Amino acid sequence: MENPIYIQEPSLITPLGFSVSENVSAIEKEQSGIHEQHRTDILDTPFYAAMIASEKIDATFEKLGDPSKYLKLEKMMLLSVAETLEKSKLHISEKTALIIATTKGSIDALDPDNSFSEERAYLPVLGNKIQSFFGFKQEPIVVSNACVSGILAIAIAKRLIQNNVYENAVVVAGDLVSKFTVTGFNTFQALSNGPCKPYSKYRNGISIGEAAASVVISSEKNKTTAIEVVGDGSCNDANHISGPSRTGEGLLKSVQSAMQEAVISSKDIDLISAHGTATIYNDEMEAIAFNRANLQKVPLHSLKGYYGHTLGASALVEAIIGFEAMNQNKLFTSLGYDESGISEPLNIIQKVEKKTINTFLKTASGFGGSNAAVLFKKVAFEH
Amino acid sequence: MNIKLNIQAWCSVQNGTVICNGKKIVSTDNEQGFSEFAKQVYKNQQWEYPKFFKMDRLSKLTFLTAEILLKELTISSEEKEQLAVVLSNKSASLDTDRKYQDSINSIENFYPSPAVFVYTLPNIGMGEVCIRHKIQGENAFFVFDDFNPLFLKQYAESLAQNNKAPQVLCGWTEIDEKGYNSFLYLASPNGTLPHTEETIKKLYTQS
Amino acid sequence: MDALKQELKENIIEQLNLEEFTVEDIDNDDALFGDGLGLDSIDALELIVMLDKDYGIKLTDPEKSKEIFQSINVLAAYITEHRTK
Repeated sequence: MENPIYIQEPSLITPLGFSVSENVSAIEKEQSGIHEQHRTDILDTPFYAAMIASEKIDATFEKLGDPSKYLKLEKMMLLSVAETLEKSKLHISEKTALIIATTKGSIDALDPDNSFSEERAYLPVLGNKIQSFFGFKQEPIVVSNACVSGILAIAIAKRLIQNNVYENAVVVAGDLVSKFTVTGFNTFQALSNGPCKPYSKYRNGISIGEAAASVVISSEKNKTTAIEVVGDGSCNDANHISGPSRTGEGLLKSVQSAMQEAVISSKDIDLISAHGTATIYNDEMEAIAFNRANLQKVPLHSLKGYYGHTLGASALVEAIIGFEAMNQNKLFTSLGYDESGISEPLNIIQKVEKKTINTFLKTASGFGGSNAAVLFKKVAFEH
Repeated sequence: MNIKLNIQAWCSVQNGTVICNGKKIVSTDNEQGFSEFAKQVYKNQQWEYPKFFKMDRLSKLTFLTAEILLKELTISSEEKEQLAVVLSNKSASLDTDRKYQDSINSIENFYPSPAVFVYTLPNIGMGEVCIRHKIQGENAFFVFDDFNPLFLKQYAESLAQNNKAPQVLCGWTEIDEKGYNSFLYLASPNGTLPHTEETIKKLYTQS
Repeated sequence: MDALKQELKENIIEQLNLEEFTVEDIDNDDALFGDGLGLDSIDALELIVMLDKDYGIKLTDPEKSKEIFQSINVLAAYITEHRTK
């Protein structure tokens, strides 16, 4: 490719830990961040979700500033960006973009019990907090495209850099577990009565989670081995606003678009990190789409069994675990899977295993008929 | 690959008026609220799409602007299938978010509505347009403090240059307590107006 | 029972924003989903909320709701038997 784009210095703020290494070590041990929550301020009955204790966030945030001045999601995103910036030593210039991916932002600011102003629920206000905290020169680009936002943000960064609009970008994604989203999915009768079980015959819905994640996307590489973003696509199902397509059309088109751009065939892909929300309709749609794309033999996992569905953050969090899988040449288990609950075969990863991973596909799908697929490739350079 | 995009057509909606390619399509009493206005446009245009009435206000605004713009164009179903849609606004879905929040504030009257919740994402209106016209191209919804013509131009061009879409439906679709306005345009190699920040801004402010 | 059926039709039209329907358009035996009123999965969820709110009936089994939402006649019979308010 004439203008290669690379991933640098991921960071994670999740219930499994505040560093990528803590997260990976929990996943290796098949530990889930999803627990039964007794939070009557959110839902009157106990529910399963992956949540981060506010006390832990506040204690960690002390190094950056006064925790009482920021909302929970703001603190999570600031912590994540701070770590990515520190590790990458990125110089923020006029040609550095700040791309923020979220579905609901600080939606808790709308709650009458919340002491912060309602203004903080506006996404440009969230963007401005992050921009001014680190001194980004350009107005933040907020992507709010349902549950594909986190991975779509990587595609957007890549496209803008390849077209010389920017030289590099900091991409940060985040979403909260809130009364707003939990009651909403509850009215959809979509919440699982235990930790979610993607692709399992015994699944009965989703678990919600919260997380923030960031990476630097750049035309420069800062290591001898790097992860390159080689192809992307984000196509609409044009079928239903909340029900996944029965044919997997939008997801299939997204994957094909990414593969075509990367000049990669289905047999070249070593790992798929799928969406796998553990609803019957989503899991089935993915099984159909991956079979249509001839990807049914590729080792695949959903990480929702560890993190729950972290909405706009999910695909970036899960992509970052995929980068670690590439770095360590290791397949991580699709937690919660036992017997197949899908009508077409998929090669679901059932135990941690060593395997050379050079090419990795991340996909996501969401409300509004949205889908996204991004392909990553490991590349080594001469010194 | 060097594809040059132009502006082929545009449509704007605000203050009870719909203007498409400089031509006034609908003009109503500005005093009425958005929902009444939307209903009047639906009747005036003789649409037969009852799902329209199930949409939230942001989706109705997005849908009706796109509907009028796409009707004014000669665009084949193959072209529509590959069309990219890139929309933006300031308030995301907060107009409907507030409505949903009101339904969960009260303990005695706690009956949150799934039909309201499903619209608490800004990209749902874009999904409604895609369903209506069988558009299966690239989709992205962005949120900025103000109308951002430079970004729309840059992102639409990056989609064209990366071979992701031959034509892009771009725009701004905003509704909040204070009011509503939308502006959509088709960026296509076929147009005659230059796809520049100045032209996009001019068409937006003229309307 | 007839009053309940009338009330259900009015509520369904209002709650589900069936702008182009009137009470007279809905027959007691008409299929609510599929070809009849053309309701979809979100409407079904909305009807579940309506049953809870107006009649104090809590439905958690999606299969059960499919049965009950067959027609106005079936729905009215179920409500009469199970309502708590």
